[in-house]
Amino acid sequence: MEQTEKKVIVSLKDIFLRYDGEVILNHINLDIREKEFVTILGPSGCGKTTTLRIIGGFVEPESGDIIFDGKRINGLPPHKRNVNTVFQKYSLFPHLNVYDNVAFGLKLKKLPKDEIKRKVMKMLAIVDLKGYEKRSVAKLSGGQQQRVAIARALVCDPDIILLDEPLGALDLKLRKSMQLELKEIQQQTKKTFIYVTHDQEEALTMSDRVVVMNNGVIEQIGTPEDIYNEPVNAFVADFIGEANILNGTMIDDCRVRILGKELECVDKGFGKNAPVDVVIRPEDVIITKPEDGQLVGVVENVTFRGVHYEMSVRVGKCEILAQSTRSAETGSTVGLRVIPFNIQIMNKLLPIESNTIETTVTYADESERYFEFELEDETVTVRDKYIPQGSRVRIHLPFDALSITGSGDGDLKDVYIESVVYKGEHNEIILESDTRKWLMLSDTDEQVATYVPLWFDFKKASFEVIASPDQKEGET
Amino acid sequence: MKSKKLSIPYIIWMLVFTMIPIVMIGITAFKDSHGNFSLEPFMKAFGYTGVFLKSLWIALLSTLICLVLAYPLAYLLTRMKKSSQNTIQMLLMIPMWMNFLLRIYAWMILLQKNGPLDTALSLLGIHGTYIGNTGAVVLGMVYEYLPFMVLPIFTVMSKIDGGLIEAAQDLGSNGFAVLRKVIFPLSIPGVISGITMVFVPSASTFLVSQYLGGTDDIMIGDVIDKIFWTDQSTGSAISLILMILIFVFLVLMNLFGDEEAIA
Repeated sequence: MEQTEKKVIVSLKDIFLRYDGEVILNHINLDIREKEFVTILGPSGCGKTTTLRIIGGFVEPESGDIIFDGKRINGLPPHKRNVNTVFQKYSLFPHLNVYDNVAFGLKLKKLPKDEIKRKVMKMLAIVDLKGYEKRSVAKLSGGQQQRVAIARALVCDPDIILLDEPLGALDLKLRKSMQLELKEIQQQTKKTFIYVTHDQEEALTMSDRVVVMNNGVIEQIGTPEDIYNEPVNAFVADFIGEANILNGTMIDDCRVRILGKELECVDKGFGKNAPVDVVIRPEDVIITKPEDGQLVGVVENVTFRGVHYEMSVRVGKCEILAQSTRSAETGSTVGLRVIPFNIQIMNKLLPIESNTIETTVTYADESERYFEFELEDETVTVRDKYIPQGSRVRIHLPFDALSITGSGDGDLKDVYIESVVYKGEHNEIILESDTRKWLMLSDTDEQVATYVPLWFDFKKASFEVIASPDQKEGET
Repeated sequence: MKSKKLSIPYIIWMLVFTMIPIVMIGITAFKDSHGNFSLEPFMKAFGYTGVFLKSLWIALLSTLICLVLAYPLAYLLTRMKKSSQNTIQMLLMIPMWMNFLLRIYAWMILLQKNGPLDTALSLLGIHGTYIGNTGAVVLGMVYEYLPFMVLPIFTVMSKIDGGLIEAAQDLGSNGFAVLRKVIFPLSIPGVISGITMVFVPSASTFLVSQYLGGTDDIMIGDVIDKIFWTDQSTGSAISLILMILIFVFLVLMNLFGDEEAIA
């Protein structure tokens, strides 16, 4: 690709940052090239804004280097960096009019007055705000304020423009037109734009490259097409566009089993009988007559979406989304086909069979039939099960034995929701506690990047005693 | 409609305790000793021009010193942790829990001949008089009114959006430029209300100069206080002139403030 020939202008090397003990950025590596429009995309709380603020100089990483044009610039204050930011809330100076807001940076550079005037006027023309010089910024509409903010940053002629969700406060229609305008301004001014958003459509529309972030790590970097067509994992597939994400088993190279059927695909190298995530985009699902389908299902619901119909087809217990320009009747039985090229195979986000806890029983009561163990500094009680004190035990908790709804503090207090992926039947939720990760199933949609209590249902668990208590502990 | 009814007690309060006294002063100011209409009280009042000027001068000086002390303090306060902010605000407020007269007495003791300050400085070989002059009066006033300058400035400053400061840094401002080009212009409303809250009571204050000042540091407030016992008409006339002067000052301040906001 032509992108690779361009010079790297800013590069983040192994950036690590914690705040209040929480890891915000977990060893981030990112190269940004000249004149590139890069979007950092991710859910709120994924660390994307922090990454931008590190480049801007507002946040210092705990470790790692920021290399700007070949020089390490850690510790350099914002006003000495040749980088300008368009802030989320615009942050226009309320005591200055449009002209003075835009001229702010140039005046600090002590440029001659007529040169400032020439540059400001030119920039106001670019952002389509000619004739607004004397207006108070408070009297402008959201879109106009946005353009003043962009002009104010661009006029300083920085190497890089950072944009922190600049369209977030605008309504849908204005947002769409501003997206195009921004892209146009970028091409016209030939600047490097680093754009932060949680809106995947925005990212796909505007960017040369998209950086998908989640939970402080970069999941994938690629062109919008790459990210959409070849997502590296279920998180990216789920976050970008609509997708059917299913649990599958790789029988062999180019053969995958989903929903009890063996299908041909093009991916290799996952090993035999390996559990994988399978992604099929709704537009790649072809509706056929029942006898012609690889899978057979019942149409549950049809929604007209303008250019196409969106159909939800139930195959067994699983729901598959399909898009087609032709509608099928609700309740009818249809066949579904997918060409091998359109079946994306990816490694599981958390490749485990069940949640296993290996621990030592710290207290047990035979008559009341319960025992206790310590887990991440909290005492967990298992009822209706007696295992002698001091025993070494392995507890297998199936995915449905975990729950994050209930009353009280939970068995574990604050567990972080790392990702939520709908697998056609349930949401698969990956949770992170102090020392490990957990996988659970849920029928409700949960908010990622939030903290919740976690409960264990030990009735569904299986127990495996690996070592009996030793004699010493038995005496007490 | 309901809100109108609720405001009635306040309207009555203002009528009885603000409007009626002002009207009465207005009437009394135009009466001679026999109760006839006359401009004589004003002629007498103009005899106190020197005291007027001195009062305004002391008030102006106190206000300026308060501003110079309060502005950096307010700025530093905004940059502190919430807990430190609360502690310092508390320390500023504590003296105000005590009666104002008592605090002036305290200063008298501190500054008097052979008082703590004099004794301490004598030990260092410095001899002087620290009471009974204009400096002591200004010191007393600054002490009295400093919180009234700090708090409004601090309130306005702490409401300045942190994003604006970041934006200014982003556009190339160092710490001083941020202060000069963003924080200062945006804190002007606080400065104006601080100046108003210090200057107005300073200009009309009394007792401070009687206790801390010398014979020629008498302020217009003291004159009104004294003269009312013997000559209500002249007292009223002086009060009226003072009120008008303060009113003019307030109008000027507001005009200045509005201009700043637009510019």
